Formats: sequence, C-alpha cells, structure tokens
Amino acid sequence: MSKAIHAPLREEEVASLRAGDSVLLSGTIYTGRDAAHKRLCALIEEGRPLPFNMKNQVIYYAGPCPAKPGDAIGSCGPTTSYRMDAYAPVLCDLGLIGMIGKGQRGEAVVDAIRRNGGVYFAATGGAGALIATSVTSARVIAFEDLGTEAVRELTVENLPLIVAIDAHGGNLYEEGPKKYCR
Amino acid sequence: MREIDVRQVEETVYALFMSACCEIGEDVLALLRAGEREEESPFGREVLRQLIRNDELAAERRMPICQDTGMAVIFMEVGQDVHFAGGDVNAAIEEGVRRAYRDGCFRASVLSPLERVNTKDNTPAIVHLRIVPGERVTLTAAPKGFGSENMSRLWMLTPSQGVEGVKHAVVETVRLAGGNPCPPVVVGVGIGGTAECAMLMAKHSLTRDCGRPSADSMLADMERELLARINDLGIGPQGLGGRITALAVHIEQMPTHIAGLPVAVNMQCHAARHKTATI
Repeated sequence: MSKAIHAPLREEEVASLRAGDSVLLSGTIYTGRDAAHKRLCALIEEGRPLPFNMKNQVIYYAGPCPAKPGDAIGSCGPTTSYRMDAYAPVLCDLGLIGMIGKGQRGEAVVDAIRRNGGVYFAATGGAGALIATSVTSARVIAFEDLGTEAVRELTVENLPLIVAIDAHGGNLYEEGPKKYCR
Repeated sequence: MREIDVRQVEETVYALFMSACCEIGEDVLALLRAGEREEESPFGREVLRQLIRNDELAAERRMPICQDTGMAVIFMEVGQDVHFAGGDVNAAIEEGVRRAYRDGCFRASVLSPLERVNTKDNTPAIVHLRIVPGERVTLTAAPKGFGSENMSRLWMLTPSQGVEGVKHAVVETVRLAGGNPCPPVVVGVGIGGTAECAMLMAKHSLTRDCGRPSADSMLADMERELLARINDLGIGPQGLGGRITALAVHIEQMPTHIAGLPVAVNMQCHAARHKTATI
C-alpha cells in the first residue's frame, strides 16, 4: 500500500517516513543534476540568491529527454545519485528536505539527512518513459544554457517512489541486499 | 568490388538508433519477465514489473526507453571489397546519429570532457571499425548510458591469479557497483589481449543477444557460474535487495602476453540496447 505525499513536503510528513515505505509523490519538485549542482553551490559560495528557495523542497536528480510535440516532457528517469554527494549536504543544510535519485549515498549525505530530518527516495532507474507519465508540466527556471541539465520545475502526480534512506538511520541499500545475500 | 553510397550508411545508422533507443529487444524482455517470476524480493518484483511496463510503453509511444540515450556506440564491419562513394563515410555516420537524436527527441548527452560544453547533437559517435572479407557492411548500434559505463573496471591481473582471479574480478566489479548501474545488469567481460583490447571485447560482448551463451563451451560454463555467483550477492533490482542482480554474463577472450592477464568488465544496465543491420 503506497502512501500519498505532497511536495513541498512538511517536516512531520517526512519524519513519519521509513526506509522501505512505498510512496506516491504529487506536487512541485525541481530537477537538478551534475552541472546544476555545481552552479547552485557556486552561487551559495558567492553569497548570491538561488533560483528557488530550498526550504522543504525536493530535488529530482534527472536530465530529461526533449518533449515530443504535445507532451509535457520526454523520458525522465533518475540519474545515479552519488555524483551529487559532494553538493547535497550544503543544500540539505539550507532546507532541502528530499532528494530523488537512484543508488547508494555517501556517509556525509546520510548524516545530512539525519541532521536535517530529510529523506532520500529511490525512483526506478531506466523507467524513463513510465515516469514521464507522472509528470504533468515542466518548465526551465534556471541555467537554460545547460540544456538537459538545466533546473526545471516539474509538476508531478502520483510519482511512484521508495523511501531508500530515512532520517532515523534506515537505509534500504544496506538492509535490502543483506537480506538476500548468500 | 562493390560500391556503396555513404548516404546508405547514413540512413542505416539513422534507422538503427531510432529503433534501438525506443525498442528493447525481445532478448532482454524475455529475461526481465523470467526474472519477475523468479525474484523473491517484493521490491525487486515491483521494479521488474515497472521495467517491463516501461519498455512496452516506450515501444508503443516511440519514446526512449531511458532518458539516457547514451553515447552512440557503433560496431562497423566493412568488407574489404567495399568502396564507399559519394562523400566521407565518417561524416555520413555522424549525420545519421545527429538526425536520429534530433528526430527521435533523444537526449544530447555528449560534451567536452574538461570544459563540459555540450555538443548539442550527441556527436561524436564512438565507432569501432573492423575490416572483414567480402563486400558487405554490417552496422550495430549500441547506445550506451553512463550510469552503467561509470561502473566499468579494468583489472590488470598477474598470471598467478589465474581463472579464480578472473572470476573474483568480475564478481567484485558487480559488488562494488551495487545499485548504481541500474541492475538487473548485463555484465560484459573481456579477457586477454592488451588493456584497450580487453575493454573492447567486453563492450563487444554486450552486442550478443542477451543471455545467449558463448559458442566456446569453457566460456559458456564460466558465464553460467559467474551469473549464479553475481545473483548470490543479494544486490537485486535497483540495488534494493533481491535475487536478480544480473540478467546475463557475456565473455569474450583472446590471447594475451606471457606477463599478463587483463580482465575488463563493461557494465550494462537492463536497457541493453543493440540493433544490427547489414548493407
């Protein structure tokens, strides 16, 4: 049974999530991957304003395909998250509450999630066509010159996710494989 | 001697990528379906169900299976009696890739490595050329995503490490990759040759129909054994735990130097895309 949640996420909502929960996410989220993270962190370092306020927001590690005429977006699955590990703790400390990607995170990110009451969701990697059906609108809000790597504001409806890392020490990437290793 | 117009090469490259990015092969679909029946983990089964639905939807809607439509890898076998006419064959290949990625609404994922400036049309292609007897040209398009490419590894083993060392290198590569390369994966392995040749064999092995055993019975046995050992790791679909970590292991080998035992592992995600055509 999947739990419906809405972004931006409320702290209480996130606190109730546990690794292994299935959720359906609706609301507004932002895409950002390698190049956008580098720019966001450069802006922070220079003390300049960010393209959106991080407070309680969710970033989706994704670089979509161009939309076909009439579609909101092209294929739009998650990219591998560890490449954003160098940047994520800074954003978490600024209020970023959720991250969506695929694959294990480093210790510094796990700590930042715990420290800030955040959450890391796994989307299904390689299910880009299916995930696109959960995106109802997309518009570039920053770094347009980066093409697919630009920051996009997405409206999503019932995006299926699994809670991979919670704020209470739960980590499905560690617990899951342990259960099936022989 | 046979004359082939380079425009025919361009059209073939175009058609192959248009198909490869959107239509997963029956070879992969059959293994995903079998995996869904065998998988013990509920998350694993759900992931496999989503992947099967995704692949069917992508073919139906002519959408890319995965947003990472990859670097445009091409294996090209050219008969030695072929003469290309009508222009530069390399330019024709690039134009085929350029047009396919534009018309298919595929992602432009290629950039300069240091400045990180996108070429905006997914060129250059990565072309591996082999001259063969005859007067035909065979082209295989294998778009390669980098979630899995990043998890590839080259091991320059010593001869004393032997067969067991080779097996360890392969299993260890998959273990270290965990959920990152989008399991269930296909594991391409190249044994022997030189460093670059080992990796090229590993990549080439991925163009074989997924799960078809090597024609060499010793390698086929090793493929079977390695698949079982990899699926005992427990990584499972998307690394969330489960039995189906790999769909197949493909191995190629060639003679190497008395001082060496190169082992290359080229990781391939479940979107194991490859389409072949002959001119």
